[in-house]
Amino acid sequence: MPYEPRMVQPMREELTRIGVKELKTVADVDAALGDARGTTLVFVNSVCGCAAGTARPGLTLALQHGTRPQQIATVFAGQDLDATARARQYFSDYAPSSPSIALFRDGEVVHFVHRHMIEGHSPQQIAKDLTEAFDKYCAAPATA
Amino acid sequence: MSGHVFHPGHSDLHGITVVLEAAGDVLYVGRYHEETPKGVLLHDVAEHRGPGDRDEFIRKTLKFGVRAQHPNVVVPSADVRRVVRLVEWGERSAGA
Repeated sequence: MPYEPRMVQPMREELTRIGVKELKTVADVDAALGDARGTTLVFVNSVCGCAAGTARPGLTLALQHGTRPQQIATVFAGQDLDATARARQYFSDYAPSSPSIALFRDGEVVHFVHRHMIEGHSPQQIAKDLTEAFDKYCAAPATA
Repeated sequence: MSGHVFHPGHSDLHGITVVLEAAGDVLYVGRYHEETPKGVLLHDVAEHRGPGDRDEFIRKTLKFGVRAQHPNVVVPSADVRRVVRLVEWGERSAGA
């Protein structure tokens, strides 16, 4: 059962205020992920303070990096149920967990951060993992 | 930290994904909740039985996540051999 919307609003705003686009409906998800070109990060948000309480600041730090995905979006597990279920269909090889983070390049998942990789880690550690993935998968190809 | 923590007053492992090794060559991987007089309560639990393919089970779980077979499992305390964080188990296996 979803939490009271007012309780989770700060957790939404922690992401939207840094420019992360909320996907609240199935149509939102398909619009964001249906076009398989470029790089997209999807953050599966969660009310769980144990892990999401460090994952959101970790993402915030990571997005200050010079290289970043072209599109950054979020669904809220346990809140926006249909949108979250739809998003998970795009990375169905991976077991559902929240919070979690999927990085797509041209429609393929190239990096996935499970909840168990977030638990007990600092925002700085989470950001380091993400920025290494950004450098590997999101850098523009060198031109001659 | 954002400060939005909903689970105060629990043990250090609360909310952490662990491998619980139980009597009878059973491994459980799930989110540790608490230890009660009845045993250790885990949520969203994958299970592996028998001595074979343990490393492969853990390797797949680390890569693809916990494929939960049970929403909740209570393992009697007398059956618990050890409880290790999943990521630590993976590091030990990689270093073995």
